[in-house]
Amino acid sequence: MQSEEGVKPKLSSPRFILTGACAGLLALAASACGGDDSTGSEGSGPTSAGPSGSLHIDGSSTVGPLTQAVAEQFNAANPDVEISVGESGTGGGFEKFCAGETVINDASRPIESEEKALCKKGGIDYAQVQVANDALTVVLNNANPVSCLTVDQLAEIWRPDDPVGSWSEIAGLDPPFDAEVERFGPGTDSGTFDYFTDAINGEEGVQTKDYNNVGEDDNQTVTGVEGSEGGIGYFGYSYFKENEGNLKAAEIDGGDGCVAPSEAAVQDGTYAPLGRPLFIYVNRDELNGDEALGPFVQYYVDNVNEISPQVGFIPMTGEQQSMAKSAVAGS
Amino acid sequence: MSSFEPRTGRAQVALAGARGVTADVLSGQPRRDVVRNSIFGALLFLAVIIALAGLALLVGDNLVKGWPRLTPELLGNGTSSLPDNAGLHSAIIGTLWIMAFVILFIVPIGIGSALYLEEYASGESRLARAVEVNIQNLAAVPSIIYGLLGLAFIARGPLSLGFTVLTASITLALLVLPVVVLVAREAIRAVPPSIREGSLALGATRWQTTRKQVLPAAIPGIATGVILAISRAIGETAPLIPLGAATFVTYDPSGPMSGFTAMPLVIFNWVKQPQPEFQVLAAAGIVVLLAVLIAMNSFAIWLRNRYEQRW
Repeated sequence: MQSEEGVKPKLSSPRFILTGACAGLLALAASACGGDDSTGSEGSGPTSAGPSGSLHIDGSSTVGPLTQAVAEQFNAANPDVEISVGESGTGGGFEKFCAGETVINDASRPIESEEKALCKKGGIDYAQVQVANDALTVVLNNANPVSCLTVDQLAEIWRPDDPVGSWSEIAGLDPPFDAEVERFGPGTDSGTFDYFTDAINGEEGVQTKDYNNVGEDDNQTVTGVEGSEGGIGYFGYSYFKENEGNLKAAEIDGGDGCVAPSEAAVQDGTYAPLGRPLFIYVNRDELNGDEALGPFVQYYVDNVNEISPQVGFIPMTGEQQSMAKSAVAGS
Repeated sequence: MSSFEPRTGRAQVALAGARGVTADVLSGQPRRDVVRNSIFGALLFLAVIIALAGLALLVGDNLVKGWPRLTPELLGNGTSSLPDNAGLHSAIIGTLWIMAFVILFIVPIGIGSALYLEEYASGESRLARAVEVNIQNLAAVPSIIYGLLGLAFIARGPLSLGFTVLTASITLALLVLPVVVLVAREAIRAVPPSIREGSLALGATRWQTTRKQVLPAAIPGIATGVILAISRAIGETAPLIPLGAATFVTYDPSGPMSGFTAMPLVIFNWVKQPQPEFQVLAAAGIVVLLAVLIAMNSFAIWLRNRYEQRW
């Protein structure tokens, strides 16, 4: 008896600790959220006329930051709409979009026929809306004397069969340059990959396998090309803008002379073939049925040209924007 | 020495001889063995240094890089596309919600499995052995596999919970359950059989013995296992990506059926951003995540030391 009395209280205390710890964590989570709920409802008091609901968005990691910026500003005026933005790549995003799991898919290229079939199977009707432009930028190491590359020369570097091993093997390179070619590019789920391979190699998704696959993390391309004299890589214009001193962008000769990537060159169409439109795909049924999606998409096309430069995107031309507006209105 | 002096001369001779032999044996280690001994010691010390240096480098590097952003705003601001406004607030809330439900799942299931395997299943049965081997194997399955499992069976498929906090919790709970079961079994096994036998001999049923004797005595060990499991779950990114974890949310996750984001995901996303300011933020975020981890592990150690039973 005596020993039992001596042991019992000592043993029961750790149990309190364990349950206490669990309860504490639960309470912390609950209270933190409870607090935010109350501030949310206070804020929504005067603006209770605004839309509410939740919007799930996924897709391209290139377009993601733009959609996030728009969502943030939209949310400031409409605090009752909960928006989440994922970045699983254009292709990965379409898979969810066509299953009805997201209402908007960010896309750095137009929808493909297989994805169209997928959406048809899932019963998803969609509207394609352009939201910005991008200059798919080919970057070189600062030590590389080459300033301009033709599409054919790019294809020699990136073609699937027997790509060149050294810069000196590239035909008509001016000035001559001798260093081993080291390639950096995004993963196959990326719309940027699809667009580049289509524009340069003539067939989408076809590219030499002898390259450093950086997945959806374009900063690895920055680091890689920066550290390799013969390095070459490609990504969205914003990554170049943020690293302008550390890398140089190749001018692209699409047949009409060398053109450097720039806002103006993309907007007037001379940065060919690597200037590209960026899209969002919107679930049409939800656009008409959901009280939050309509206002959000409307806000998106109305304000995206002001928001684009803040986050490093090239805005649409006036013509492109009015087309985007009618694409939304037409649904 | 002087306290013991043999009385007879013969004993004194014997004692002197014994001392001589002892001294000879102790001092007479071949030089080679002495050298080897010290080399071995140095190698072991080096191993410790390398392990610690890695951690110190990681913490130090991120602390230096992230220092400018280690401010209260980091914890107070939500996700943002503008680096100046970005913070971890919604990610921390998301992580707390996910972990709260992970605990709710792993504590009863983990302890239950461990108790069954240790106290109820006879160790010799083929079933028990098969279960044991499988649990050990499960502990080594890469986490992305659990993510795909969660996508197929929890987010979609039979449970169809969608991309919610609950989906993430169940997936992470499955991921860390083997750890909990293994550690809980060790803790239960460490309770001496005499305790059980004593209880049973006094007429208690197996359930009473387990509830009143074994479980209370094993709880410090089990709690340590639970905390270590949560420490692992809190840093997992890979299994959450296929589960539709958003890298950006405009709201704080508010319950089990809410969409979610989590600390490692937000940090991962920041690292990917083009603006250099985000790299600073990511470093600051890593420091916060490490601080949470170290705090939890320290709590586990404290718990174990504080309530450990010495038999």
